[in-house]
Amino acid sequence: MQNVVEISGLTRRFRDKTALDNVEIRVPAGSVFGLVGENGAGKTTLIKHILGSLRAQQGQVRVFGIDPVADPVNVLGRIGYVSEESDLPAWMTVDELMKYMRAFYKSWDESYAETLRRDFDIDRKTVVKDLSKGQRARAGLLTALAYRPELLLLDEPSAGLDPVVRRDILSAVIRTIADEGRTVIFSSHLLTEVERVADYVTMIKKGRIVFSGPLDDVKARHRKVSFRFDTAVDTPPSTPAVLHWEGSGKEWTAFCTGEQAEIEALARSMGAVIVAESTASLDDIFVAQATARVQTNQATSTSKR
Amino acid sequence: MQIHIAPDDGVPIYLQIVNQVKYLVASGRLEPGEEMPPIRVLADRLIVNPNTVARAYRELETAGVVEKRRTAGTFVSSNGSPLARHEQVKILTQRADALLAEARQLGFTVDEVVDLVRQRNFEMSAGERR
Repeated sequence: MQNVVEISGLTRRFRDKTALDNVEIRVPAGSVFGLVGENGAGKTTLIKHILGSLRAQQGQVRVFGIDPVADPVNVLGRIGYVSEESDLPAWMTVDELMKYMRAFYKSWDESYAETLRRDFDIDRKTVVKDLSKGQRARAGLLTALAYRPELLLLDEPSAGLDPVVRRDILSAVIRTIADEGRTVIFSSHLLTEVERVADYVTMIKKGRIVFSGPLDDVKARHRKVSFRFDTAVDTPPSTPAVLHWEGSGKEWTAFCTGEQAEIEALARSMGAVIVAESTASLDDIFVAQATARVQTNQATSTSKR
Repeated sequence: MQIHIAPDDGVPIYLQIVNQVKYLVASGRLEPGEEMPPIRVLADRLIVNPNTVARAYRELETAGVVEKRRTAGTFVSSNGSPLARHEQVKILTQRADALLAEARQLGFTVDEVVDLVRQRNFEMSAGERR
């Protein structure tokens, strides 16, 4: 399968802060690619590199095989972009906005635009700044979809929106990829939404990729395993296979990333038995990875010494 | 076709669809020969990735629960699902397990539970006759 976006070794610094650190990403054509991470983790910075509004300081960014900074016309014309902060011209009426966009994009499909406008129930004569937050988000979605972009790029599209608008957004994602060959990248902090629609998921933390791969693989690799010890334990041993421990006394649940054999060996070495195992939700994985901070930092600082 | 998706319950979404379709077929709420919704329609209704629905349909086809008819769409297997009986037993087994667990907790013996089931059956059929 061909990759719509290929990013390799991308590093970005703002003064002394490293916003992106050696980021590698491949987005296969026809997939929905979910980008998750805490606020300030680097998601928007990454998206700005894909749009070509930031130049790669180190590493390489290719969109449709093209450098988006060197050839913005051939990249931006094929991307539909929707961000949390809508940048639609506030003083235009919806009608003017649609005409304005049509002039910009050769592939603008007027009948599709009109269908979307009616589905979203947006009034043609209303000025953009007078639209409700939800209707403005829908208008933004309309202008991003109506020229049928090869890549739909959504940066926190659902932030602060009610469930009905969020459903419209997800529905747009689904229809976009149901149309042959088109691709969606979206960042979100709503993990159940990512879990519903994403084929691939990537988590960024402090500018680094924590995990990246097919959603099913990511979920298969993270498991919750409950151990029962013979005698009560204060704190179970920390090991690289365990992201964090929860529990008390004789029964402890570990959040694991290791292989089955590794977990079984861990149980034997601790003199414990495995009493329950379950796959984790993306939400569980996110929280475990986000709070694994202390452990990883300790691990890195020890290895440096 | 009523399907409910819980993205965060640990079971992959495609498998949730597979299991629920099997359940619907086993319980007779999806009848042999009935047409399944097209992939993109179901994806849009459930708000899940169309590739996920496609995968669920492939699994169901391999299991013989549904069959693709050229150019026409996907249908519940007309000769009845080979899994139906097995699934029906599975559904009842889960109920029986729950009943037994509760009975044990309350201090009932298996014989007492069986007697109770017989008595309830008698009372229910008496009620129907009335």
